[in-house]
Amino acid sequence: MARALKTLGILVALIAVNVLLPKLIPNSYFLRVIMLCGINVILAVSLNLVNGFTGQFSIGHAGFMAIGAYTAAVVTMKVLPGATLAMAAAGVPPIFAHGAALLVATLAGGSLAAVAGLAVGLPSLRLRGDYLAIVTLGFGEIIRVVILNVDAIGGARGLSGVPAYTNFFWVALWVVVVVGVSYNLLASTHGRAMLAIREDEIAAESLGVPTTRYKVLAFVVSAFFAGVAGALYAHYDSYLNPASFTFLRSIEIIAMIVLGGMGSVSGAIMAAVALTVLPEALRGVKEYRMVIYAMLLIVLMITRPSGIMGTRELKLPWFRKKVAA
Amino acid sequence: MQEFLQQLVNGITWGSVYALIALGYTMVYGILRLINFAHGDIFMLGAFIAYYAAGWFGVQAHPSALGALLVLVTAMTGAGIAGFIIERFAYRPVRKSSRLTALITAIGVSLLLENGGLLVFGTDPRFFPQVATVTKISLGGGVTVTNIQLIILAVSVLLMLALRWIVMSTKVGKAMRAVSFNRDAATLMGIDTDKIISFTFVLGAVLAAAAGVLVGLMNPKIDPLMGIMPGLKAFVAAVVGGIGNIPGAVLGGLIMGVSEVLVVGYISSTYRDAIAFVLLIAILLFRPSGLLGKHQAEKV
Repeated sequence: MARALKTLGILVALIAVNVLLPKLIPNSYFLRVIMLCGINVILAVSLNLVNGFTGQFSIGHAGFMAIGAYTAAVVTMKVLPGATLAMAAAGVPPIFAHGAALLVATLAGGSLAAVAGLAVGLPSLRLRGDYLAIVTLGFGEIIRVVILNVDAIGGARGLSGVPAYTNFFWVALWVVVVVGVSYNLLASTHGRAMLAIREDEIAAESLGVPTTRYKVLAFVVSAFFAGVAGALYAHYDSYLNPASFTFLRSIEIIAMIVLGGMGSVSGAIMAAVALTVLPEALRGVKEYRMVIYAMLLIVLMITRPSGIMGTRELKLPWFRKKVAA
Repeated sequence: MQEFLQQLVNGITWGSVYALIALGYTMVYGILRLINFAHGDIFMLGAFIAYYAAGWFGVQAHPSALGALLVLVTAMTGAGIAGFIIERFAYRPVRKSSRLTALITAIGVSLLLENGGLLVFGTDPRFFPQVATVTKISLGGGVTVTNIQLIILAVSVLLMLALRWIVMSTKVGKAMRAVSFNRDAATLMGIDTDKIISFTFVLGAVLAAAAGVLVGLMNPKIDPLMGIMPGLKAFVAAVVGGIGNIPGAVLGGLIMGVSEVLVVGYISSTYRDAIAFVLLIAILLFRPSGLLGKHQAEKV
């Protein structure tokens, strides 16, 4: 009962913010930055499941994101227009019809990305450390090259005309879901098993933790949310291009979790927001902005090597109750 | 058959360039367990230093073999200095931190070099001065090799032999192998590990710069982002060969170059960038530590 109430409360709050936000912040550029922050938070927190909790090293997150983005775009553009039109004809307000279409597309994108996560997670049984890292990197690049070569989804031209269904509500909802899943996981048996694998794989295995299963599980869940983030991104920008999913994108996400402190959910959130806002804030110095960004990254790593938070968590009373429960 | 042999010649030329870059990755990894992401950008830096040096020395106006050599040596020296500075001021401070921290630092350096390059050199591609006019030399059976390809092969083989001599037959090379084997034990034996690590970075940067100049001869268009893809593929080459293993890097580089040229020749040039990674995954599934890498049993 309390749980249902809490869920309802979160939903109502999100809808309220969704309605109020454009009035509070009339500047559409600021709104855009907020949306990108949300999408990056989903990406960072999901990658944190693999890199931070389980201690595996994946640098192919952009690949999963690309799968989610393209799948979701194809679903809304090719599969669902009929259903959306039918709903509109039946008198369903467009906001619900579009929301329903986005939800279906997001789940489809996330699921296909999760399948890809399984495909990458399974070979990882044989590979460790840097070898695993480079395989995930290679996987991400292969996805990009394949997309580049499929003309039906635009190839190198990119895919334009994706309906712009994403709004603040959906981004925020998925942020809440991924953060909730992370925190709950952390406090559960499964999460403890993942942490054990991160701390010492051999010790975990000898204590009966099925390391293979948990490593694959981490990959699948993380890929699912990356796919979700991709789907939201696709329906926000209305345009997809394979060039947005290079390994530099994966690197950006890694920079977020390393800066936040590996394994810290609240750190990942803070760093995702900081690293999204920072390049935007530096727009004033145009050509120097990426140089400054790179230098800040180096300086931060030298002065604060374990990230903003280390492995600690920001404990608001609400979170404390969660973890204790 | 003739076409295949021709592709093979082209592939080996590309492969020797990849091998030169891969050597830097593998040496640094062998010593520090660090994937030096900025290595591909050192390669770019080498090409640009050569571009400017060719202007200063007037090689562009009056091409000569001596001038070309001077340009090559300048590029290698310049990149060596850059490698030293990067190691000293970016990597050394994070050496005691976790390996991920070091990796992100490397990525930061890479972004810095790329964007700094865009700022200093401009976004438009430059045309690398051609020191020799391209002439084709027949190898019989309709297979030809250009003089540029021969220069590239000769320079790379000479550099690899020089590297082999340094690593296997000099005192500093012995120290490099010792540090790579066990850094703490090497320190206890009185080896100045800091100096050896610096030296390794400089050596890697020098080789990458040479590769940059050679690529400039082959593909005269150079731009500040030219190092990203070759850098990545050379890294893949190093992993395929068994990272940390010097002959492995050369083998991996050659495999990478040949397979890439074959894909372009027989399948489609758009799949060129994917083949490296397909190959990588295929090889790692069967040989998880690369072709020549030693499988290390985990100690409990």
